[in-house]
Amino acid sequence: MTRGPYNETVMDHFMNPRNMGEIENPDAVAEVGNNVCGDTMKIYLKIEDNRIVDVKFKTFGCGAAIASSSMTTELVKGKTIEEALKITNQQVSEALGGLPPAKQHCSVLAEDALRAAIEEYRKRNKQKGS
Amino acid sequence: MKTIYLDNNATTMVAPEVLEEMLPYFRDLYGNPSSIHTFGGQVAKKIAEAREKAASLLGAEPDEIVFTSCGTESDNAAILSALSVNPGKNHIVTSRVEHPAVKVLCERLAAKGYRVTELPVDSDGMIDMDAYRRFLTPDTAVVSIMWANNETGVIFPVEEMASIAKERGIMFHTDAVQAAGKIPINMKNNEIDMLSISGHKLHAQKGIGILYIRKGTSFSPFLIGGHQEKGRRGGTENVPGIIGLGKACELAYLNLERENNYVKSLRDRLENALLKKIPRCKVNGHRQNRLPNTTNMSFESVEGESILLLLDQYGICASSGSACTSGSIQPSHVLRAMGVPYTMIHGSVRFSLSIYNTEEEIDFVIDVMPKIIERLRQMSPYWRHEQEACSSV
Ligand code: FES
Repeated sequence: MTRGPYNETVMDHFMNPRNMGEIENPDAVAEVGNNVCGDTMKIYLKIEDNRIVDVKFKTFGCGAAIASSSMTTELVKGKTIEEALKITNQQVSEALGGLPPAKQHCSVLAEDALRAAIEEYRKRNKQKGS
Repeated sequence: MKTIYLDNNATTMVAPEVLEEMLPYFRDLYGNPSSIHTFGGQVAKKIAEAREKAASLLGAEPDEIVFTSCGTESDNAAILSALSVNPGKNHIVTSRVEHPAVKVLCERLAAKGYRVTELPVDSDGMIDMDAYRRFLTPDTAVVSIMWANNETGVIFPVEEMASIAKERGIMFHTDAVQAAGKIPINMKNNEIDMLSISGHKLHAQKGIGILYIRKGTSFSPFLIGGHQEKGRRGGTENVPGIIGLGKACELAYLNLERENNYVKSLRDRLENALLKKIPRCKVNGHRQNRLPNTTNMSFESVEGESILLLLDQYGICASSGSACTSGSIQPSHVLRAMGVPYTMIHGSVRFSLSIYNTEEEIDFVIDVMPKIIERLRQMSPYWRHEQEACSSV
């Protein structure tokens, strides 16, 4: 029996979050707040040759927010930046086997954080290039 | 897994004695108490007994007890009646920390043109009595203030407030849903006109409540229909519910002592241990002026739903004021009214105990709670910042 409001996959990612933690000297980092309920995700990226070789996160939020953070890091690890940018919160939610309707917004947090980190990386690289 | 139920302000277990008392009235003694025949008449007698027991718990007269379907119905009936028997008056005084049964009703009434004043509370959750006096006007039809708050357990001086209202000819209603059975209530010692009680908060079933209406108080019924409850509440009686609630009131009266000693000592044991073992946490609400069974605590840098999910893994039931658990997107209006910072509201957990809890259960919670908080803090982007901020002071 799964306990509580979430399915087994969500609970698994909540109980055993993948890639939780920090990266020292990351190539990009972003902290994004969920403007719906005030929760926060911080994401760290290590990027080599345009590819996300490592990713870590820290999240202050509900079960769905933590599970979405965890799933997002799994989905982007090893992807190129362009591929990572294509990942949407719907995909995250689907990969988790679905979230309760009131919790859809929690998966947006992870998508937003990822995009913010990549944006920061691109900005930084432009500066380096110029 | 064994359930450790620490969510008794949400609902309670039906006491075994209560269930026992109710069972015959589902199957064998199903008569309608209004019938003329003996078969129904015996049920009417049993209802009269239940009414007496309920009256005893409250220090009331049996005639002052009206059985309703729940606390919300009682609250609605009381406030709407007060408005309808005071047709010239347009002002309602309530507080910012009421249960939705009062709060949302008053918001609706405000939208219909009534003037509604919501009294503020201070950081301990207490009402400013001077402000209260100032807000009462000749136009005030009714004051509705809860006896004790469901989230923090903070107790309001409703008896004093009722007297202040009475001096000014204003009707006074209190939602005593959380207070009944937890602290002594004696309607002979106060001037409260109407009082609401919910059965399932004091070990009776869901779907039964009481509206106390003081003798001599004008009342306009909410449910219009038959002559039941002396014409104050139409509809065939919820017979098993009423009989069960009568028994529950009798038990609550007997257990009041236990509630204020045993339950309080368990609550204090839990609260003090968590305050000691977990850094950066605090109690929300006045610590003395409080129900004996309730503690509301905030844990910095963690979110309440996550705490509840982890507690649930151990079979521990509690609740939280976090926005993420509310189903709406707003965190607790009670903690907001007290000025608790948003992130601390997010990290709030309410434990509400009952006489059925044991010391072993509490010690188990004391054991797992620090691990849960520590684990979530490891995941929290806020936690390290705060430690740095802390060590830099
Ligand atoms: S992050 Fe707040 S509800 Fe999910």
